[in-house]
Amino acid sequence: MSEFLQQFLNGLALGAIYALIALGYTMVYGVLRFINFAHSDIFMVGAFAAYYFSNWFGRFLPPSSVLGATIITLASMAACALLGVVIEKLAYRPLRDRSKLNVLITAIGVSLFLEYAGQLWFGADPKTFRLLPSQNVHVGDLVLNSNQLIVFGMTLILLLALRFIVMHTRIGTAMRAVSFNHQAAALMGINIDSIISFTFALGSALAAAGGILYAMNYPAIDPLMGVLPGLKAFVAAVLGGIGNIPGAALGGVLLGLVESFVRGSRFSTYADAIAFAILILILLFRPAGILGKRVVEKV
Amino acid sequence: MNTLLEVQGLSVRYGVITALQSISFSIPKGAIVTLIGSNGAGKTTTLRAISGLQKSAGGEIRLEGTSITGLKPHELVRRGIAHVPEGRMVFANLTVQENLWMGAYLQRDRQAIRTTLDFVYATFPRLQEREKQLAGTLSGGEQQMLAIGRALMSRPRFLMLDEPSLGIAPILVKTIFAKIVEINRQQGITVLLVEQNANLALEVSSYGYVLETGRIILANESGKLRQDPQVRAAYLGG
Repeated sequence: MSEFLQQFLNGLALGAIYALIALGYTMVYGVLRFINFAHSDIFMVGAFAAYYFSNWFGRFLPPSSVLGATIITLASMAACALLGVVIEKLAYRPLRDRSKLNVLITAIGVSLFLEYAGQLWFGADPKTFRLLPSQNVHVGDLVLNSNQLIVFGMTLILLLALRFIVMHTRIGTAMRAVSFNHQAAALMGINIDSIISFTFALGSALAAAGGILYAMNYPAIDPLMGVLPGLKAFVAAVLGGIGNIPGAALGGVLLGLVESFVRGSRFSTYADAIAFAILILILLFRPAGILGKRVVEKV
Repeated sequence: MNTLLEVQGLSVRYGVITALQSISFSIPKGAIVTLIGSNGAGKTTTLRAISGLQKSAGGEIRLEGTSITGLKPHELVRRGIAHVPEGRMVFANLTVQENLWMGAYLQRDRQAIRTTLDFVYATFPRLQEREKQLAGTLSGGEQQMLAIGRALMSRPRFLMLDEPSLGIAPILVKTIFAKIVEINRQQGITVLLVEQNANLALEVSSYGYVLETGRIILANESGKLRQDPQVRAAYLGG
């Protein structure tokens, strides 16, 4: 039983990070109907931003203090938000009226650019960094790492904040309007471009938070660290129903749990394969994802 | 004549197909003007070009003498143009109330938004009954009311309606047209009405233009158009 709970907690922590990344995929898909493949690399840049911010400002803002860690995290999220906005403006916006395939290929190009520019600028060798000191908390037979608790807490706060923005603010309602229909939204006086920029900023900030939380639990970071978690988060978004925000969070957590349970079993070598096989099975029965609605194409 | 909107030599092309071929017309302040014509004549294209959804290939559009050619849709909303598009396009994933708030997206004065909302609810009480419901669950007629109400939320001086009778129960069509006249009279909002139901359109409007394959072929007072043998034969069923 305690083994089960332990894997459950580990899976939840991993899934929370997948969820944070998956939200960015799903939100961008919601407003633009395309998959931003560079999103996984924003996650990587988020971790590196925190790494450099702690090196540069560590003297005034000790990364091991709560205040220092918070400010470094917020600054990294802001930096990635800006990066996301710039990428959309330079790479995707000029292709807005072209075929979706063009943007998709461009996104892969941006992804490769970030990965290899990262190797050039940050160096290809893994770097380690710590924000808060990590401590193990024992609850009965369970071992909880303090970093895992931070993952839970921060993910919960970010999800609630996102929910508030999307459901209860003017700009969030506009995001939902744009995701329903660009032209109808434009006729309301909504500037589509600024809503799209805002969506990229929001998604990228969440990915940065995910990158930092990931680095707190797996402290070696490198420019290719986003590839696999990014792929899994993309799958999580599809699993939950691409374009559906609660779906992305649910898909992420589900994927993390499955992965963690398989890793804890005697089939651990095949963890990724089994996790993906389960997802394929779910999608066979619910092709639009768990919370996704089937969209009927009108002719 | 005090002109609100003036269109001069407007052309629109979709690739090699010419949808509008240098059409010109004007709309006096406070009037209801209608644009009639058969399917594919270019009625919807005309409205889309005025509201900025469709790029024009030539010509000029002026609102109270100022050129608004080439402005983006959201900039035109700011200048007082509201467009109820074909097929209504209500935000099905938003509640009725959220749809109306989106209509007031550029309005900053909360008190004024409240007043407009009260006016919309007074005009279409059905919307208030269903304010918490998702717009996608409304009937066609209710969605049309919502689309018009949402357009009114931007406090326009010029309202364009694209086929408000399309796919709506006949009994509701009468109600909706009565409301359009009421909005025009009480609020002083100028209306450009595009309709396939030419009979109805000519009944409520004061002036009409007949569009055929991208050209304006007739223009006259609505009463006279209804007597015109050509119009009677082609659009009013003889």
